[in-house]
Amino acid sequence: MSVAASQSEKPATRRGVPSPTLPPWFEKLLVPVILVVAALLPFAVDSGGVFMQNCIQALAYTVMALGLNIVVGFAGLLDLGYVAFFAIGAYTAGWFGSGFFSRVGNGEGIHILTSGFAAKAPGIHVNFLLILVIAVILTAIAGVIIGLPTLRLRGDYIAIVTLAFGEIIGRIAVNGDAIKFDGQQLTAGKQGISPVDKIDLPGIEPFGLLELRPWYWFVLALVALVLFVNFRLRDSRLGRAWIALREDEIAAVAMGVPSVKTKLLAYATGAAFGGMSGAFLGSFLNTVNADQFQFYFSILILGMIILGGLGSIWGVVIGAITLSFINNYFIPEVINDVPSKLGFEFDMTQITFAIYGFLLVMMMILRPQGLLPERRHKMELAEQADTSDETLYTARA
Amino acid sequence: MEATSLPAGTPTSQRVRKLVSDYGLILVLIALPAYYAISDLSSDGSLTRLGENLAAGISNGAIWALVAIGYTLVYGIVELINFAHGEVFMIGSFVSFAFFGTIGLTQGASATTLLFGLLLTLVVAMIASGTLNALIERVAYRPLRSAPKLAPLITAVGISFILQNVGLLWLGGSQHGIPDLINTQHTLVTVFGVTIENGDLLAVAVTVPLLMVMTTFISRSRLGKAMRATAQDPEAARLMGINVDTTISLTFLLGGMLAGAAGLIYALYQTTIWYFQGFTGGLIAFTAAVMGGIGNLRGAVLGGLIIGCIQQMSDNRIGTQWTPAVVFAYLVLIMVFKPSGLLGEQTRDAG
Repeated sequence: MSVAASQSEKPATRRGVPSPTLPPWFEKLLVPVILVVAALLPFAVDSGGVFMQNCIQALAYTVMALGLNIVVGFAGLLDLGYVAFFAIGAYTAGWFGSGFFSRVGNGEGIHILTSGFAAKAPGIHVNFLLILVIAVILTAIAGVIIGLPTLRLRGDYIAIVTLAFGEIIGRIAVNGDAIKFDGQQLTAGKQGISPVDKIDLPGIEPFGLLELRPWYWFVLALVALVLFVNFRLRDSRLGRAWIALREDEIAAVAMGVPSVKTKLLAYATGAAFGGMSGAFLGSFLNTVNADQFQFYFSILILGMIILGGLGSIWGVVIGAITLSFINNYFIPEVINDVPSKLGFEFDMTQITFAIYGFLLVMMMILRPQGLLPERRHKMELAEQADTSDETLYTARA
Repeated sequence: MEATSLPAGTPTSQRVRKLVSDYGLILVLIALPAYYAISDLSSDGSLTRLGENLAAGISNGAIWALVAIGYTLVYGIVELINFAHGEVFMIGSFVSFAFFGTIGLTQGASATTLLFGLLLTLVVAMIASGTLNALIERVAYRPLRSAPKLAPLITAVGISFILQNVGLLWLGGSQHGIPDLINTQHTLVTVFGVTIENGDLLAVAVTVPLLMVMTTFISRSRLGKAMRATAQDPEAARLMGINVDTTISLTFLLGGMLAGAAGLIYALYQTTIWYFQGFTGGLIAFTAAVMGGIGNLRGAVLGGLIIGCIQQMSDNRIGTQWTPAVVFAYLVLIMVFKPSGLLGEQTRDAG
């Protein structure tokens, strides 16, 4: 523990795992600087290009990763079904912002605070800001429902229950075209709900698909909001309760932490961010397709927070952006050309899964604490590494 | 004063809770067949359809039981959900298919050739899957044994992705039909209107002896004793001179071998294989293991049979595309009512 004491005074002489540490003032200064740089970025690149599109996706994934970080990183509840919230958020955008329910209002549609084309088309059309709110509410409720059966469970069992929920939601999405209420399908299955209304903010024109800058700034604002909420939550009473539960549930409960409420709040908050980002992606990708909601996606988001460092907010941001670019840009665009340049007839996209799996294994074996580990997690890992022989099995005692 | 203020009996809420946790799961399990039995009786006047479902369910469940034992053995000894186990099962199917293609087994082969050929395939599939599983343990789990529990779970998912990709490259991304060697749909006997097919016989005929050998091995042999000791307390086992690493490797080997056998039966029974069968199959088998009480061999078999029946009923009446959702819904219900499973004891994680 003396390591921890000396750490706050003299970071330079700290022993243990060598990794960069951020002093508190640095973090406070960093936020505005990074946000300003990020906000100016679109002026330097092609506003309708692939790079811009990747940036927007990366930021949307960052929002999700920060949400999952609350559940897994802060509260220590391993959630393998996060894709469920992406699905619910995206379907909210699909249901309340497209011509999918084409028969409502006698074929005239229902319109709330919409303008332009969307204000006349059939189907339900609600302003995107309201859709965001609905998505947050729906996913928070879903988060609580998923959380309820896991309250008595720990560790791997939570992982399995959440995975099962993710798969059930995925199944409903795929087969939803067969569920009909009065002739109206629940989802459009693999065909997808498309087109989805563009974001329509009061005072400015609806966003277009050729000019990507407004999308970028919108999602950047979402990231900023989520970052702010994350920092405030982490340093709040609730955040400390989450960490206490993660470290030792019995001790935390004995100290008066209400375990049920605290856990459910973690699920609900994490889910709400996923729904937010899901609604955004539904509108941005212009389709809500059942194929998007697979187990792979949950692992992608989980991989982001593990790559960055569980519980570490900056780590998660870095992990999310890195993995998102690896997934959307590096594997399909960069590595893809390598075999053909070397004279092989081989499609690299075929082994995307294997590359990704390999990365997961390597990451865990080489640096299980992540790129920018949270201090508390790091100490744990470093201590265990020092005394690995004695504690070889105590983790399960 | 203190003594008198305590209530005489247990409060009603606690008694209700105890009742729910004791019988809730059993009620949930009986609900589906009971509902279909009533609907069958009222519409057809006989239980033949339900009987058919259950017969097919038991042979199907035998396959899941074999896979589930792999989960249960591994969980019992290292407390890890071996996510890659489903993929080991898938590789077992693929190896079987490749092997009986190589030795030239075809549908027209005579009964003796078929018998010996399939026995040989069984051995090859078991060795291949067993070795693969032990190898996975060596590469992906052993280096992380002192790390937090999340780490090996993630590597397990990573390995499972890699193996899925191997399967994808091997036989392509769609269902791959294979020769129907045992004429699986052929009706063998009819009991009370319920047909028993070749595939059903094969599944039971392979599974039962394997299970008997396995339980005898674990309860009688020295290595089996070492496995049980390691599962109970690895540190004490080490002090008693048991080589814990070898024992863990052996556990993975055994689990993998059973998954390989299940892979062969699955391939012959379904006559189609594909790279994704390991993911869904693995989750179904895991549900079976949890239902029986993870860490408990008999529980895994019981769970496998029950899940097989649920799966068949759902395939037959609700629709194949909904089956995974139904099985997962059962998984969640088990977790709500009795996380420790039908035959299992309470563990630290499933309180």
